[in-house]
Amino acid sequence: MIPPRLPKSALRAAMVMAGAGMLALPHLLGPYWTNLLNDMGIYAILGLSLNIILGHCGLFHMGHAAFYAVGAYTAAILSTRFSVPILWSMPLSGCLAGLFALAVARPIIHLRGDYLLVVTIGIVEIVRIALVNNIFGLTGGSNGLLITEPISIFGYEIFRPAHFYYLIWSMAALTILLFYMLQNSRFGRALNYIKQDDLAAEGSGINTAHYKLAAFVLGAVWAGLIGAVFAAKIETVSPQSFSFSESVLYFAIVILGGAGSIPGVLLGAFLITGLPEIFREWQHYRLFLFGAAMVIMMIFRPQGLIPPGRRHYNVWPYLGSFPRGVASRNREPR
Amino acid sequence: MLELIQQLTNGLAVGGIYALIALGYTMVYGVLKLINFAHGELFTLGSYLGMSLLVSFALAGRLSPPLAVLVIIVLIIGLSALSGFLLERVAYRPLRQSNRLAAVVSALGASIFLQNAIMLIYGPNYQVYPSQIRLTIAVSLWGLNIPMMRILLFAASVMLMIALYLFINKTKTGTSIRAVATDQGAAKLMGIDVNRVISLVFMIGPGLGGAAGMLLGLYYGQIRYDMGTLYGLKAFTAAIIGGIGNIPGAMLGGILLGVAEAIGAAYISPAWKDAFAFLVLIIILIFRPTGLLGERAADKI
Repeated sequence: MIPPRLPKSALRAAMVMAGAGMLALPHLLGPYWTNLLNDMGIYAILGLSLNIILGHCGLFHMGHAAFYAVGAYTAAILSTRFSVPILWSMPLSGCLAGLFALAVARPIIHLRGDYLLVVTIGIVEIVRIALVNNIFGLTGGSNGLLITEPISIFGYEIFRPAHFYYLIWSMAALTILLFYMLQNSRFGRALNYIKQDDLAAEGSGINTAHYKLAAFVLGAVWAGLIGAVFAAKIETVSPQSFSFSESVLYFAIVILGGAGSIPGVLLGAFLITGLPEIFREWQHYRLFLFGAAMVIMMIFRPQGLIPPGRRHYNVWPYLGSFPRGVASRNREPR
Repeated sequence: MLELIQQLTNGLAVGGIYALIALGYTMVYGVLKLINFAHGELFTLGSYLGMSLLVSFALAGRLSPPLAVLVIIVLIIGLSALSGFLLERVAYRPLRQSNRLAAVVSALGASIFLQNAIMLIYGPNYQVYPSQIRLTIAVSLWGLNIPMMRILLFAASVMLMIALYLFINKTKTGTSIRAVATDQGAAKLMGIDVNRVISLVFMIGPGLGGAAGMLLGLYYGQIRYDMGTLYGLKAFTAAIIGGIGNIPGAMLGGILLGVAEAIGAAYISPAWKDAFAFLVLIIILIFRPTGLLGERAADKI
């Protein structure tokens, strides 16, 4: 929660100004920087979707690119084969990615920490190899698919970076809002409990396998949705975009930013896409410096840049059945 | 039938390399419960350093080629051990007390760093091992043509593994490594210097990995800066198949994986070769979640 230090009106004014600034940005920046902001938005949404699995539920999942790939390829195949407008296929992309996650995660959901990590890496590699090998004759092999259909929503054609900017960032805003609500819901609390101690969670009557699977599917659906947007933006989907190293990037966004913290993940996405731009002058040294930065950041801030705040719940209303004296004696003055 | 045996020998040779790399993963995991993602890059580093040394020494004609190769392998084991030691000091020791995920990300960062360092030094293209050094003779046995290189490679990896096995099981230092892997706290109380053991493990593992890198270069003749990612992932898979933390398990897992891959590539489809390793991994973990020779440790209850 936002600490109640600032007066509400000042906060509201600041939010309105930030919102207006966001709306005006693509007009102030050129297409190059707008495009960078678009990438940032996509990574932010991917990071947030992985955050459900890795940050909130504490499952070591390093194969998120697989679900992203299912979404992007669904949209691309529907567009090239059946000329379905790419953004209309978004819901289907999300659903298929979710179904895929359900199918692959079901048998492995009981695996512990590092075993799960390696199996998810295996899944992302298998998916990439399947795409390269033109599985079912649909994916176009290592060259991928080229989307030629024009992209439009409600008759309004989308092709400039600025158009994508509004599309991606409104989706990001919606994601932030929904995931923020989710984090404090019954579902979000259950995930947090599983992350802290899944044995205790199981003991308190939480069906952990069920919740873990639900977290996987939810994260995958979101990755699938943004996969369709990515396909629309990039116009060619090819296996290189969904490799293991790509998955590592999403993982790094969540952990560097702060696992389980929405502002943290946003900052992580901002840095991971922004840092290589800063190093652009030393082009060849870019990844070299990036790797070193990852090590240094972890040494100095192992909990992430913005770790999630401690959760506070007011439980007094639920303790009505306790004897009055006990309840009031233990109540701390606030 | 002949074809099958031919594939088996190939699988054994590559499996030996996987096993050598897998030992590094499994030993580090045994003492620190950490996946050393940079291990694959140390393997690549060993391969490249071996190439440089071969080019500068063996070709100059000061030593006869077989002797030169032997000396250089010993040198590579030393150099890789040194880089493993430095890696642990810089990237892992400061994170010993923090949560596991931070260490995983640090390991990934170190991997990206090393891979790009190798690329900056040697360039992004394939590099070729000097062909004068590589044996091209084949041995004919009952109608089979087995390249000499393959036999030597398998023999070398088996010898290294036996040496390690004896070291771990018969020496005092080996016993202290096993003690730290079983229970760090108790080992400390028994007067074992845990930090020294961890440093040692980070020297033995990369030493074997670097030797594997050089053997691979001699076997295939060409190497690339990013090969460590795939070999590392597969070797880690091998370690898990055998049961992570288990030294004979890693040897078994590596050889099984090499054979399964060679046979899968020959009889099912070469294009799917790299997927078999992961498929085998998933199947084994579904049915035996702690690997074939896995630790049967109960979860905290």
